[in-house]
Amino acid sequence: MSLEKRTPVVDDVGVTEDGVDYDALADLLGDSIIDREHHVNAEGFVIRPDDVQSVLRTLKDEAGFDHCSCVTAQDYDDRYESIYHLKKYRDPTQEVSVVVPTPKDDPRHQTGSDVYETANWHEREAYDLVGIEYDDHPDQRRILLPETWQGHPLSQDFNQDQPQVVSLREHANPLQDDKQSPDDPDTMFINIGPHHPATHGVLHVKTVLDGEQIVDIDPDIGYLHRCEEQMCQQGTYRHQIMPYPDRWDYISAGILNEWAYARAAEDLADIEVPEYAQVIRTMSAEMCRIASHSLALATFALDVFGDFTAVFQYGIRDREIAQDLLEDLTGQRLMFNYLRLGGVAWDLPEPREEYFEKIRDFLDDLPEKLAEYHDLVTGNEIFQMRCVDTGILTPEKVKDYGATGPVARGSGVDYDLRRDDPYGYYDELDWDVVTEDGCDNFSRVLVRLRELEESARIIEQCVDLLEEWPEDDRTIQANVPRTLKPDPDREIYRAVEGAKGELGIYIRSDGTDKPARFKIRSPCFSNLQSLAEMSEGEYIPDMIASLGSLDIVLGEVDR
Amino acid sequence: MSSDQTKLADAQSTQEARMGSGADDRFNSKLREAFGSTPFILTKFDKFMNWVRGSSMFMLQFGIACCSIEMIHTYAIKHDLDRFGAGVPRASPRQADVIIVPGTIVSKFAPRMKRVYDQMPEPKFVVSMGSCTVSGGPFQEGYNVVKGAEEVIPCDIHVPGCPPRPEALIYGVAKLQERIAEGESSPVTVKPYELEQFGDLEQDELVQKLADQIDEEDLVMRYNWGDSP
Ligand code: SF4
Repeated sequence: MSLEKRTPVVDDVGVTEDGVDYDALADLLGDSIIDREHHVNAEGFVIRPDDVQSVLRTLKDEAGFDHCSCVTAQDYDDRYESIYHLKKYRDPTQEVSVVVPTPKDDPRHQTGSDVYETANWHEREAYDLVGIEYDDHPDQRRILLPETWQGHPLSQDFNQDQPQVVSLREHANPLQDDKQSPDDPDTMFINIGPHHPATHGVLHVKTVLDGEQIVDIDPDIGYLHRCEEQMCQQGTYRHQIMPYPDRWDYISAGILNEWAYARAAEDLADIEVPEYAQVIRTMSAEMCRIASHSLALATFALDVFGDFTAVFQYGIRDREIAQDLLEDLTGQRLMFNYLRLGGVAWDLPEPREEYFEKIRDFLDDLPEKLAEYHDLVTGNEIFQMRCVDTGILTPEKVKDYGATGPVARGSGVDYDLRRDDPYGYYDELDWDVVTEDGCDNFSRVLVRLRELEESARIIEQCVDLLEEWPEDDRTIQANVPRTLKPDPDREIYRAVEGAKGELGIYIRSDGTDKPARFKIRSPCFSNLQSLAEMSEGEYIPDMIASLGSLDIVLGEVDR
Repeated sequence: MSSDQTKLADAQSTQEARMGSGADDRFNSKLREAFGSTPFILTKFDKFMNWVRGSSMFMLQFGIACCSIEMIHTYAIKHDLDRFGAGVPRASPRQADVIIVPGTIVSKFAPRMKRVYDQMPEPKFVVSMGSCTVSGGPFQEGYNVVKGAEEVIPCDIHVPGCPPRPEALIYGVAKLQERIAEGESSPVTVKPYELEQFGDLEQDELVQKLADQIDEEDLVMRYNWGDSP
């Protein structure tokens, strides 16, 4: 089956043939709305701080907005504000923003986490970085910064030079009284990470075990919180922001991330991208996806088989080839910095034929390699025992936690922004969205493996197109002013399908050449939140497999 | 085998005579042959130990950020750091003698990194990989970013780049091996950030404020961001 356009969802309240009918939604919400705002991607309904739950509940249950994509918090001169960006899994082009302003001297409002599970972590982050408090929040702690941190760094009155004290608490004896869970004295507390080979970087998982089974699990993140949002808010749109996206999801997904920023900023400043550049973007982005998924597979094998085995080396081998191709194109192995607002940095490397041939060689070899992977990995009995029916995540829970990407597709949730909210050249090409409905670790790995094939199909068609492209029509960049100053007070939330899922960016402009607020919606952040759901009550090795199959990258979780 | 032995017994060279019977062929390497009939080495013990140390380094499997991806590539197929006698990553700090620090160090992680470093047995060496560990790199202005690994632990070799290519890391490791073999010790560094007991901190407004959150004996690291480079 080739890519079919989905029929627009029209059976929900407030939806007509041409999209969301915001007036109908406003009628549905009635008096709760105190004002309306216009964002570039959607309308925003301004509501009172104590109406949050009822509004979100109505939008979710009655209007079908089942995906709380992101919660953005920000500090204005005269108020604090949280924005809930809502979407639908069935049709992500139908969006609505719920804007909750709170007074400067007492920034607090009702939590949305009762309605959307995923809002829990998002609100903790908003509390941590901006300083808004959420009433009735189940777990209002800092999430990224150390617990003893003073101040909220993205609020306006934060003094960056003030000293900070960070503690290192030890868990010397895991059987000591105070390390046991109060209601069950037979449990044992252990720390996994932050330096542990199976956590894919610097993740710290606090686990309470009863024998081999997990009673309680609490991922502790923030060991790589390197202020990406602040960095982007300090950079100018035109050139200074683009290098940072490469460093969010650094598993070689650079161009996919750059695209997220490019897409948001281009829509914000109304920049048209030439078609030729879109094809190059599509091609290189899929190469990144291949590189990224091969590493995901390699490290997953590392987790499950426990050592640097053949699968790991094979994965790296194939990744090296994709990286070579990308290096020829962009000049760098990992941090490409290749996209520009309005296009790409330069044309394909000369001689073009040679480059195309290199790509084709890679694509020709791929089916055989995939067969090998299936022999080695998915057909392997030990692997199947570890992965089939472990780490179950049901489709309902996927939506509740806002999980996206291969994690959602491995649970049968058919959601892929490349098709559902098309950008680039994807809607002109012939490819499929891969889903599996096992809901387990195995399905998630299988989805990634099968996506390699689809990416290869996309690249092949792009190469065909590029080969034939008339020489006098190869514009690689639109004409973009040297200093870009989008109109003041434009707000946009735009997402692309990154390697790990929906990578969204919220930008608010204030008329200068730098964004006033730059918020990153990282797919891994939401995906990781579902770890507890997958592993509580399971054996501890299954948790390691689940963590591997989530394929998180800490640079993106912590930002 | 037996026919071989008879042959040997028939024609015994001086070298064989000195080795005595029972020495297996396996040990008779090319190197051994090169010594000819006098297989003795006269060297200083320290020099010998340094040579051994440099030629068989156990790296700690320690990933932080983007640079660790290139570090993985350095270990894996194609670049294969093992060829240089430094390839087997150990999962536990207690078995490792080199730590490659590959990535941005933030306030929450620095105490943990210091702890891991402290757990490694002496003599130990540090390769700091990437601009982030040199100076904070692209994130130097971040509110949460430690301005380089050297603020926390001493570094022997800096490999600049963002990220450095695997070739560059191999070069850095080779340089480290060279230095170790020459017996050079790590440079004296300023380490402003130490792990200390909370009770030992100088009393000021911040410390008093935190007094009810942190125990006297808890280890803490205090960051004076204002004084950072
Ligand atoms: S030096 Fe560059 S590549 Fe290395 S960790 Fe820092 S940002 Fe990442």
